[in-house]
Amino acid sequence: MSGHSSFQSNNAIINWIEYRLPIFGFINDSLVVYPTPKNLNYWWNMGSLAGVMLVLQIVTGIILAMHYTPHADLAFASTEHIMRDVNYGWMMRYMHANGGSMFFIVVYIHIFRGMYYGSYKAPRELLWWLGIIIFILMMATAFMGYVLPWGQMSFWGATVITNLFSAVPLVGEEIVAWLWGGFAVAQPTLNRFYSLHYLLPFVIFAVVFIHLWALHVHKSNNPLGIDIKGPQDTIPFHPYYTVKDLYGMGIFGIIFAWLLFFAPNLLGEPDNYIPANPLVTPTHIVPEWYFLPFYAILRAVPDKLFGVIAMFASLFILFALPWLDTSKVRSARFRPVYKMLFWAFFINCFVLGYIGGKPAEGIFIIVGRLSTVLYFLFFLVLPFIGWFERPRKLPESISTAVLESSGGGGSSDGAPDGAAAKAEDRG
Amino acid sequence: MYKFAKVLAFTAVAALFASPLFHSSKALASGGAEPLKEVSWNHSGPFGTFDRAALQRGLQVYREVCSGCHGLRFIAFRNLLEIGLKEAEAKAIAAEYTMMDGPNDEGEMYERPGKLFDYMPSPFDNEKAARASNNGAFPPDLSLMAKARFGGESYIYSLLLGYEEEAPEGVTLAEGMAYNRYFPGHQIAMGPPIDDEAVEYVDGTAPTKEQIAKDVSTFLMWAAEPALEQRKRMGVKVILFLIVLTIVLYGVKRKVWADLH
Repeated sequence: MSGHSSFQSNNAIINWIEYRLPIFGFINDSLVVYPTPKNLNYWWNMGSLAGVMLVLQIVTGIILAMHYTPHADLAFASTEHIMRDVNYGWMMRYMHANGGSMFFIVVYIHIFRGMYYGSYKAPRELLWWLGIIIFILMMATAFMGYVLPWGQMSFWGATVITNLFSAVPLVGEEIVAWLWGGFAVAQPTLNRFYSLHYLLPFVIFAVVFIHLWALHVHKSNNPLGIDIKGPQDTIPFHPYYTVKDLYGMGIFGIIFAWLLFFAPNLLGEPDNYIPANPLVTPTHIVPEWYFLPFYAILRAVPDKLFGVIAMFASLFILFALPWLDTSKVRSARFRPVYKMLFWAFFINCFVLGYIGGKPAEGIFIIVGRLSTVLYFLFFLVLPFIGWFERPRKLPESISTAVLESSGGGGSSDGAPDGAAAKAEDRG
Repeated sequence: MYKFAKVLAFTAVAALFASPLFHSSKALASGGAEPLKEVSWNHSGPFGTFDRAALQRGLQVYREVCSGCHGLRFIAFRNLLEIGLKEAEAKAIAAEYTMMDGPNDEGEMYERPGKLFDYMPSPFDNEKAARASNNGAFPPDLSLMAKARFGGESYIYSLLLGYEEEAPEGVTLAEGMAYNRYFPGHQIAMGPPIDDEAVEYVDGTAPTKEQIAKDVSTFLMWAAEPALEQRKRMGVKVILFLIVLTIVLYGVKRKVWADLH
């Protein structure tokens, strides 16, 4: 994305365009010859997968928007119209709804991967920041999208979440009324959520572009967490990673298709097939699964204002991660203490998710509070780990590590893939 | 491949770990009621299709029993062609209903027999009218019932057969309420709607209450998810295609990477 491209073509037309608009050089530099560490494992597939999911969500979303009506009296019926009367409308809607879930799964793995291999560390702090911004935008988009079918959970989820802002001292009630466009979640709320739900994905798209811009300056991190020392450490993105990404997409596609075609309502709440009714509150108001850990943190704090603060803090503290982590070593492979801490954090996130889906009563409250404390403890302990932890010896370079593990480069049947895999397997 | 298998296995474990999340409120939603009755549905599984005869019997049950109180507002008479009715049969059913139409050229509203494009009329004009005739309770529309409750069509089936003549000891029923083992809170305003021989099937099937419950539950599943068969048929094709494609891509991946070491 920066500097002059060395791109040359034999085709006169392409050269004519390239001279005026260096678009082919740009594509060539960022997707074809782009130097990528040769030792990336399959966890590095998630970035391109997330990009594909974003595009899929935008495409299916635009088609749904052609048939959907953002009106409190018509939204539910128009959703059913899509499901019943629009050609392949059921597929578009299920693809969009489950696509949201798959998008979050991919992005969560992407984030955990970044944490495990220390991808947030210098010089990739802004890259990490942009990622968190994308994540927050995704959450806002998904939340507003879930309101659009105007079912019971849409309505009450929107009521609960927007009501959080009433915890703001002094002007809380005014803020909530301003968000709603009235004195309850109603037609104005639905209409503006629709507008913003259409807008935000394009904002995400723009931030993704900047995310990639930042990525392509210092290139991908890698499982060893050491810098690229020279051309012997990298391979061109195409064909090596294009084909590896495509293969991963195949596997991902099978899982997605299974969910979409055979269990499209598995991740949804049955209550959302009941039209929104402001007079009847569902027994349990549960957000979508991808919000559950944060919902658990919100409810773990007995005070409303501090609960809201804790919830937002759990998200925003990720911005501080590059500086909270004082270790110079990136990859957890060489950090025995951090590695244990990471896995504890990872498991704790699932515990939080589990608690978020349970009613706030009895043992769930206690576990929820404990898990919330553990969540923040991770970030508090992190600076100290860097000071006392003795990291294992780092390999000299990516290429030496790859060569060593492949036994000097001998390649019998099955070895190439296995060789690359073995290098990643350490730790 | 080994590495990716490991990743997959790991993801599977994580998914297992996470799966209680997705069902977290399932047990709660049934109000601590007993587990639903096990039914084998012809339409379950990747190759499932709706039992056409059951759908048509279910339609009969809906029309003769449920429709007195419950609407089916997302189903149009034209949709009945999808469950195997002939056009003439669907037209005849539609014509049994009277629809308000208009205004005509004189500006008057007028009544006419139902046509294929009409939707099933709801039994009450509005919620207030429904409550007034049902002891204060509001019989919900059934179009999406099979997707709007945990357990879906199995919940409907269990509920229809879950009535007890007497409430268990210690439970006092409110006036006009019935005891149902599967209803959240167990007190339900709907009296036992079906019994043996509640309908006389035109196709001669013995109308036991289990048969009736199963037929109408199948019918309501179809009403909630009319594209189910198309979806599953397509799913099998898509997944088979993706498996082949992925195997090919794996081969290409190995071939491309082979020159690296």
